[in-house]
Amino acid sequence: MTKLNDKKNSIIALALVAGMFVLLLVLEAVVPHTSIVFTVLKKGAIYSLVAVSMNLLNGFTGLFSLGQAGFMLIGAYTYAIFTIPVADRLSVYQYYDGGLIQFALPSIIALLLAGIMAAIFAFLIGLPVLRLKSDYLAIATLGFAEIIRAIFQWDKLGVITNGSNVLRKYTCYNSTLFYFAVAGICIAIIVLLINSSYGRAFKAIRDNEIAAEAMGISLFKHKQMAFVISSFFAGIGGALLAMFQYTIQASQFKTALTYELLLIVVIGGIGSITGSCLGSFLFIACSEWWLRFLDVEGAIPLLRPGFRKVVFSIIIMVIVLFYSQGIMGTREFSVSGMINFFKTGGPIGWIKRKRAAKSKKAEVTVNE
Amino acid sequence: MSNNVLRIEDLTMQFGGVVAVNNLSMDVNKGEIVALIGPNGAGKTTAFNCITGVYEPTNGQVSLNGEVILSNHPQGKMKKQYQGENPDKYSRSIVKRPDQITKLGIARTFQNIRLFSTMTVLENVLVAKHMRANHNVFSATFRLSHKEEQRMRKEALELLEIQGLAHLKDEIASNLPYGIQRRLEIARALATDPQLLLLDEPAAGMNPQETQELTDFIHQIRRDFDLTILMIEHHMDLVMKISDRIYVIDFGKLIAHGTPAEVSTNQRVIDAYLGVSDDA
Repeated sequence: MTKLNDKKNSIIALALVAGMFVLLLVLEAVVPHTSIVFTVLKKGAIYSLVAVSMNLLNGFTGLFSLGQAGFMLIGAYTYAIFTIPVADRLSVYQYYDGGLIQFALPSIIALLLAGIMAAIFAFLIGLPVLRLKSDYLAIATLGFAEIIRAIFQWDKLGVITNGSNVLRKYTCYNSTLFYFAVAGICIAIIVLLINSSYGRAFKAIRDNEIAAEAMGISLFKHKQMAFVISSFFAGIGGALLAMFQYTIQASQFKTALTYELLLIVVIGGIGSITGSCLGSFLFIACSEWWLRFLDVEGAIPLLRPGFRKVVFSIIIMVIVLFYSQGIMGTREFSVSGMINFFKTGGPIGWIKRKRAAKSKKAEVTVNE
Repeated sequence: MSNNVLRIEDLTMQFGGVVAVNNLSMDVNKGEIVALIGPNGAGKTTAFNCITGVYEPTNGQVSLNGEVILSNHPQGKMKKQYQGENPDKYSRSIVKRPDQITKLGIARTFQNIRLFSTMTVLENVLVAKHMRANHNVFSATFRLSHKEEQRMRKEALELLEIQGLAHLKDEIASNLPYGIQRRLEIARALATDPQLLLLDEPAAGMNPQETQELTDFIHQIRRDFDLTILMIEHHMDLVMKISDRIYVIDFGKLIAHGTPAEVSTNQRVIDAYLGVSDDA
């Protein structure tokens, strides 16, 4: 019975995904390509992927790592460096005589390579860093991310990285569908990993390191694994960001980027994949689109450039105050959950239950 | 002595200037239930932590089935500070991590329950099955080893059934009553396929009825899983009823060992730990 239901639910889920892609196709055909909607959707998809990869570390393995921007940078640079057409190299690397690398890879291979390079760096950084815990780990990873950025901007490596100059003219994709497909596949793989035996081991480490080790889980091996996998997908996310922006420069990958991602993970819910995705789209939509009108100086006296950020910060504070677990907490969106939701009365039933739970809670506190 | 499972020789654990376990030697034979008792702070849990690799012992040797699994001698700064005995007896330094010890077949429970609190009962047991499963991260992620996963689930469910926890399999571990949490911890330890089970105060915080159930339960798992059990416990009636032999330590040192009858009449044990009952 439950198996049948599972099958039905996964068919519905697949249908939903297919529906989303059809919707995107229609959207691309109808709405002009310069519309802000596509910017939000593309950037949202990219941020979703990186936020989910960060959640794999912070939310599921319990490793407080802040190196995401560094791994995105490696991914973005790897992708860009290997896909600039040979003919254009002289103009891109104008200060370095066309650079050292005189070949170009197909973009799919370069995309994979972007992930692999980030993973290799993560492996090496992980060797010393993953012996640290909590805040110390955060500081160390943050430091490494900054070191990576500094190295990529280094003049002496200019023949490869073009120093602190922009990289451009590499292969880019304009289709929103492409970003959704790549990010979707990557997120699906992360979900599969989290729901596998290894995902359980990661969660066990998060819940109780000592017990996990006593159950025969090698802490270092599994932490290293989570770190490398997370960085692999951050690298792919970085490559996607490079495609989206058409030009990249190491100075874009500052700690501020990591903090944006951390914000998304926290607001979406630490330990919730759907929360991270939802958080990404909301974050991007707010910062790029919905709140833009606040920056227009004009009739209303308070509005001026930068006011958007004030309102944005207030919204974030409100979310953190009232949803201390983030929007989703550790819950996930699921088809069966959705069906249940509508079976039990939809939004009205939900509000009723919420009220009932609240009054019950109040009763308990009175009794105490 | 072919039926010897665990042998501890001259185990010493010194933290800075404090000797927590001092020259402890003990034997546990196949199929036995052995209790380690002593006053609070006597070093019982420290001894457990040394055996399971949580701490690196300062001196001494531990063997499992005749094979040395841990061995150490005072080194570096500790060489000067060392206050224990036999500093030159062992020359090798074999150190293992807790997960390696578990893989060798020693499982444990904790004095203060350490379940994976956000995971379900079934998941808690499945985590313990992870170590011996035949898969890698690639095959597990892409479900190439789903047969293995099914086998793990089946075995974990069987284990829960034996413990009478099957109906709770989807409950979140931290929502369970205390006694059940203790049982789950034992079930989880059994899922690692141990030959030796270390129980750290399994009856702590239990009422008399729960303690009685636990007694039966320990007997049952010893029989069903062909286990050898070493436990720390303060409930004297449980210890006396269940143990084949008892070791008593005080201030890290072994002060007596023998059958329950021998130990309960030993004057040193009475002075240090058991005390004199009111009607004596």
